[in-house]
Amino acid sequence: MGSITLSKVSKVFGAHAVIPSIDLDINNGEFVVFVGPSGCGKSTLLRLIAGLEDVSDGEIVIDGKNATELPPAQRGLSMVFQSYALYPHMSVRSNIGFPLKMANEDKAVIDKKVADAARVLNLTDYLDRKPRQLSGGQRQRVAIGRAIVRQPKAFLFDEPLSNLDAALRVNMRLEISQLHQDLKTTMVYVTHDQVEAMTMADKIVVLNRGRIEQVGSPLDLYHKPDNLFVAGFIGSPRMNFVSGAPAAAYQAHTMGIRPEHLVLSKENGTWAGTVGVAEHLGSDTFLHVNVDNIGTMTARVSGDFAVTHGDRVFLTPDPQRVHRFDDKGLAVR
Amino acid sequence: MATLHTRSAARLMIAPSVLLLLAWMIVPLAMTIYFSFLRYNLLMPGMEEFAGFSNYSYFLTDPAFFQAIFNTLAIVLGVLFITVVGGIALALLLDQPMFGQGIVRILVIAPFLIMPTVAALVWKNMFMNPVNGLFAWIAKLFGLQPFDFLANAPLMSVILIVAWQWLPFATLILLTALQSLDEEQKEAAQMDGAGAWSRFIYLVLPHLSRAITVVILIQTIFLLSVFAEILVTTNGGPGTQSTNLTFLVYAQALLQFDVGGASAGGIIAVILANIVAFFLMRMIGKTLEA
Repeated sequence: MGSITLSKVSKVFGAHAVIPSIDLDINNGEFVVFVGPSGCGKSTLLRLIAGLEDVSDGEIVIDGKNATELPPAQRGLSMVFQSYALYPHMSVRSNIGFPLKMANEDKAVIDKKVADAARVLNLTDYLDRKPRQLSGGQRQRVAIGRAIVRQPKAFLFDEPLSNLDAALRVNMRLEISQLHQDLKTTMVYVTHDQVEAMTMADKIVVLNRGRIEQVGSPLDLYHKPDNLFVAGFIGSPRMNFVSGAPAAAYQAHTMGIRPEHLVLSKENGTWAGTVGVAEHLGSDTFLHVNVDNIGTMTARVSGDFAVTHGDRVFLTPDPQRVHRFDDKGLAVR
Repeated sequence: MATLHTRSAARLMIAPSVLLLLAWMIVPLAMTIYFSFLRYNLLMPGMEEFAGFSNYSYFLTDPAFFQAIFNTLAIVLGVLFITVVGGIALALLLDQPMFGQGIVRILVIAPFLIMPTVAALVWKNMFMNPVNGLFAWIAKLFGLQPFDFLANAPLMSVILIVAWQWLPFATLILLTALQSLDEEQKEAAQMDGAGAWSRFIYLVLPHLSRAITVVILIQTIFLLSVFAEILVTTNGGPGTQSTNLTFLVYAQALLQFDVGGASAGGIIAVILANIVAFFLMRMIGKTLEA
C-alpha cells in the first residue's frame, strides 16, 4: 500500500538542474534513507515526493496511482521537518490533532487517535503544554505524533535528528527504528549522516550532485561500493585511497582499503610509516599514519595497541578486503 | 552595575535627565490643572478668579461633550478596524512574489509620509469635493447625483482620510510579521491538509496577533488626538458632528477664548486617555506574554 515509484524525475531551478533524472523504486514497508553530502539534492528529492515542489519532468507514482500533479495533502504522505514545524500557539494535543481536524474528523475520533498516538510516543503527560515548554526530543516526538495520526501511506523525514544533541540523537534513532518495526509503514528518511543511514536503513540511496550513485542495503554498500564516491562516503573513518604503484600491484588504477582492514605491526609489514595523530577512543584507536611515499592513511586498531606520536609502524592491507577502482572511479570486481 | 557603588553612581548619573523629564511633564500638567480651576477668559484679561469645579461641570454638561466622546471613539475604532483588516489584506498581497515588488512597497508606504494637513486638503479638494472631486466625477459618469461627503457624512469622511494615512503603517508592521512566519510551518500545514483559508485562520492569524496588538496600541495613542484632519476639512462641523475631544478643547480655548473651560476639558481628556491606556496595557501584557 505504501509503494513509491519515481521514473525519470527531474528538477530544474532556472538553468541549474538540481536533479537531472532519477529512477527509483521504494517498496511497501521499506525504510529507505537518502544520504549524501549537503547540496546533493536529497532534500529536494524528498520535497518532490511530498509535493512541496513541482517536478520539472517525470512521474511520481504513489501506491499505484500517478501523484505527479496531486497537491501534498492528497498524496496520503506525512512529513517530519528538520525544524519540527510545530504550530507554536497550539497545545501538543491540538498540534497532533490538527491533520485530523483539517480532515473534518469527528471530535471523539480525534480525541481517541490523539490519545493513542500520545501513548505510543510517551507524550500523554504533555498533551496540554505548548511546544516551547517541551525539550528538543519531546518536540521531535510531537512532530512524529502529528505525522502518525493520519495513518499515512508513507512517512517522510527531512533530517529530523540534526537539531538534537548527540546522546538524544542515538535515542531517537532507536525510537524511530522501533516505530518502523511497530507500524510497518514505508519510511523515507533524509540525512547527511552516514551513521544514521547505516544504522536505520533497509535500503540506502546514496546521492551525489542530484544523481543516484548506488542503491543497496547498508552492508551491500559497505562491502561492495560501486564507485569511489560511495566507497569514500560510507564507513567511518573513511576509506583510504591509494593510486599509482601500490595500486598497480592489485591491477587497479586506485585501490581502497578501509581503516579497519589494515593490519598493524611494530615489526614488519607492506608499508612503513610514522604515527602522526592517535585518537584513543578506549575500545579502538584511530591512527593517522604518514606512510612513506604514499601519504596519510587512517588505520583502526584495538585500544590496547600502544603507540604514540612519532612511532614507526608497519601496515598491511588485508588482500581479501581491498577495493579496486578503474581510472573512471568505477569498481573493478 | 555589579556593586553597590556603581549602582549608586549610575543613579546619580541618571538623575539630571529624570529631573528634566519630570519637570517637562509636571509643569504643563500643573499649569493646566491650575487654569482649570480659574475663571479665565481671554476676552476679559485681568479678571481671573477662583471658580472651583464650575469649569468641569460646564464642560461635562455641554451636549457637545458627549458628541465629542462618541466621535473620538468612532474615529479610533473605525480607523483601527479599517487599518487592521485592510493592513492584513494588503500585507498578504504584498507578501506574494511579484514583479516590481520593491517599487510597489514604496508606493504603499507613501501616504504615511504625507503631512496630515496636506493629505486632508488633497482628499477634501480633489476627491470629496462635490463639484470638482474625483468621486463626484465618477458619480456623474454613472449618471448619479454627486455625494457631498464632508457635509452629509462628515465623521465617516474624517475616518476615511485618517484610515488612509494609517493604513501603510499597519501594512508595514503586519508585512514584516508575516515574513517572519516559518516557511516549514506553512508547508507542514499544507501536508496536514489545511487549505489556504485554514492556514490563514489557524497559522497566519495567530502568528500575527502580536503585531496586530502593537498596531492597535500605537495607533490608538495617535488616533485619540486626531486634530489636523478635522480642522482642515470639516472644522468640527456641521454643528459638532465631526468634533472629537481634542477639537472640542481647541474650540473652547481658541474659538470661545475660554482658557479655564478648555483646561478642564484637557484634564478630562487626560483622564479618559489614561483609562484607555490602562485597558490597552492589560491587553498588550496578555498577548506579549503568551
